[in-house]
Amino acid sequence: MTKAMTGAKMVVQALIDQGVDVVFGYPGGAVLPIYDEIFQQNHIQHVLVRHEQGAVHAAEGYARATGKPGVALVTSGPGATNAVTGLTDALMDSIPIIVLTGQVPTFMIGSDAFQEADTVGITRPCTKHNWLVKETDKLASVMHEAFHIATSGRPGPVVIDIPKDVQFATGKYTEARQVETHYAPQVKGDMEMITELAKAMETAKRPVFYTGGGVINSGPAASQLLRELVAATSFPITSTLMGLGSYPASGDSWIGMLGMHGLYEANMAMHDCDLMINIGARFDDRITGRLDAFSPGSTKAHIDIDASSINKVIKVDIPILGDCAHVLEDLLNVWKSRGRKTDRENVTKWWHQINEWKKIDCLSFKQEGKIIKPQYALSRLEELTKKYDRYICTEVGQHQMWAAQYLGFEDPNRWMTSGGLGTMGYGFPASIGVQTGHPDALVINVAGEASWLMNMQELGTAMQYRLPVKQFILNNERLGMVRQWQELLHGERYSSSWSESLPDFVKLAEAFGAKGIQCHDPDSLDDAIMEMITHDGPVLFDCLVEKHENCFPMIPSGKPHNEMLLGENADVANAIKSDGAVMV
Amino acid sequence: MSPLKIKKGATSHSAYELRPTFSDKEEQHTLAVLVENEPGVLARVIGLFSGRGYNIDSLTVAEVDHLGHRSRITIVTTGTPQIINQIKAQLGRIVDVHKVNDLTVEGPSVERELALFKVVGTGDHRIEAIRLADIFRANVVDSTLSSFVFEITGTSEKIDAFAELMQPLGLEEIARTGVAALSRGSEN
Repeated sequence: MTKAMTGAKMVVQALIDQGVDVVFGYPGGAVLPIYDEIFQQNHIQHVLVRHEQGAVHAAEGYARATGKPGVALVTSGPGATNAVTGLTDALMDSIPIIVLTGQVPTFMIGSDAFQEADTVGITRPCTKHNWLVKETDKLASVMHEAFHIATSGRPGPVVIDIPKDVQFATGKYTEARQVETHYAPQVKGDMEMITELAKAMETAKRPVFYTGGGVINSGPAASQLLRELVAATSFPITSTLMGLGSYPASGDSWIGMLGMHGLYEANMAMHDCDLMINIGARFDDRITGRLDAFSPGSTKAHIDIDASSINKVIKVDIPILGDCAHVLEDLLNVWKSRGRKTDRENVTKWWHQINEWKKIDCLSFKQEGKIIKPQYALSRLEELTKKYDRYICTEVGQHQMWAAQYLGFEDPNRWMTSGGLGTMGYGFPASIGVQTGHPDALVINVAGEASWLMNMQELGTAMQYRLPVKQFILNNERLGMVRQWQELLHGERYSSSWSESLPDFVKLAEAFGAKGIQCHDPDSLDDAIMEMITHDGPVLFDCLVEKHENCFPMIPSGKPHNEMLLGENADVANAIKSDGAVMV
Repeated sequence: MSPLKIKKGATSHSAYELRPTFSDKEEQHTLAVLVENEPGVLARVIGLFSGRGYNIDSLTVAEVDHLGHRSRITIVTTGTPQIINQIKAQLGRIVDVHKVNDLTVEGPSVERELALFKVVGTGDHRIEAIRLADIFRANVVDSTLSSFVFEITGTSEKIDAFAELMQPLGLEEIARTGVAALSRGSEN
């Protein structure tokens, strides 16, 4: 039996039917009927953010930490345009979110009405799919289809634009099971290709697993199968920024993150390997460096659910289209049934080589004097928090790379960072989303002072909902990564890359009713961090660090993996040639 | 989350299509894209081409199945084999796209374009224009004492050739539909 109800009620009913328990949003004229329905029910919690960008990042953080789709609700016009950065961020990082936008009534669309914007037009290139729903009868089925599309295949953001008259009008509610869809991406990999990969694994002398965010997006089963495969083969494994946690940092075969600021041993292994097994990563430019010198001697296998990711930038020899968990399961079965063979002798030699590279100790640093090095701050944070099942968010810049280098991730869904889009201002609202999904967990946002200020208004949200998020700000009074690049390739002309007129972060925290801690002394850092962890409520931790520290190791742009800059003695002045300087 | 019913014939890719082709030579391909006839679907396809910097040499679109709510977009595009494969994969992941066929590689196909030519002139030019139109099997669909509108159907090359001949004879205006294409034989 179909039920009749208003469009606004349908929205709430569909959210309940889809198992949504929290919506991040900000009201406005064009979504008032939906807010009225939210007011009259107790199934869904609404978290009032302070800016629509915060709502979308919070939904992203929630989705990444819980594995469930995140939902945001914003009004028409500026509400929708403010959501665009978050949508693009979610598209680049393949995060399933559903963003509901209000729209002016259908009879006013196109008239340049107050708070009208062409939301489906604006968001078309930054969503996986979007809809403008002009009939109330279709609203429920679009809602259900939106959840299906956002979460199946390669996940991504979707937008449903709902005119105000559609919210007021009454129509028939469609149940999810009544909705038909043709969208069903292939999840099982081709068995011949999988067998080809299993054969390549049997004879590989210098294999490496190169894993990415796809393993995490595929769900906990994929991480479990990956761990089993790595344990059974003893092949070394590295991961992209997005994939940290799918294999534990404490695992025997872990060789650290790869890429522009990845570990020396990981990048060298990528360069010198003879079999590269890419699982759910996409040969991003932060990973490959110079394309024509990328891992020149290897056979490359690529497991990806998105056909357009395969052979996009790097030509691969063994393409496998499918979901990571499905393919890993089949790969394990095929490899086992063929006798669990590897070239143990040569793989052992390969490990000797990798261990030689590890001896370079590319993350070493010296904490001397009375100024805290950012690396030291993160090493202490790691040491003092690793016993917790903690969730780490970051903003974007040097602190983000240091967090990836110095913090260890033992499980998937514990690391929320803006990888593809590199959105400053992502981390704080994301941490609010994470804490909403895991109210009792330790949630830390590692931030830089400049990034953090980009969405600082969300301190109001954290206070209102008693979300005890810890904001660990490495304050160098600089746009550190911009400054580093200006040092490397713009003759140390630091154009607009330091922050003057910074607020007093302790007073800022107190102005919102939160706790502020400032620390500048390495000797009192441990106590200050413990104070942050044990405080029951949001904390703004202003950690004053060395202002001119550079983030190493680094593959300068335009260079291959085996030409990394390492630490203090690197020849930074001549690192980037003119052909590399045009790249970002 | 509640599951939906998956319709038969959902899009899928074969891994073998993903084998790389090693060539830097540009090729012209004709792609037939069957799409859900939804508002904005053409914008999605065109936005993909402009956003990712691909070429569109010709594009036609019209509804082909009213009950099934399907439109067919025929795109002629140019690129290296790797780019062509990217274009097909990127088209394939648009939610409203049901099927992408590369008519250039999937066996023989027929391609036709329709064009209207307005040719203005009197005297010898007018006589020569109608003589050439006859040779090209173009029809006169409008005529005044000083002008013709010809309708011509054929491959793009044939229409290009006709345009070149009409140029000195008073060619004023051309309207072309772009390429429509189908695979030969009984299979679709």
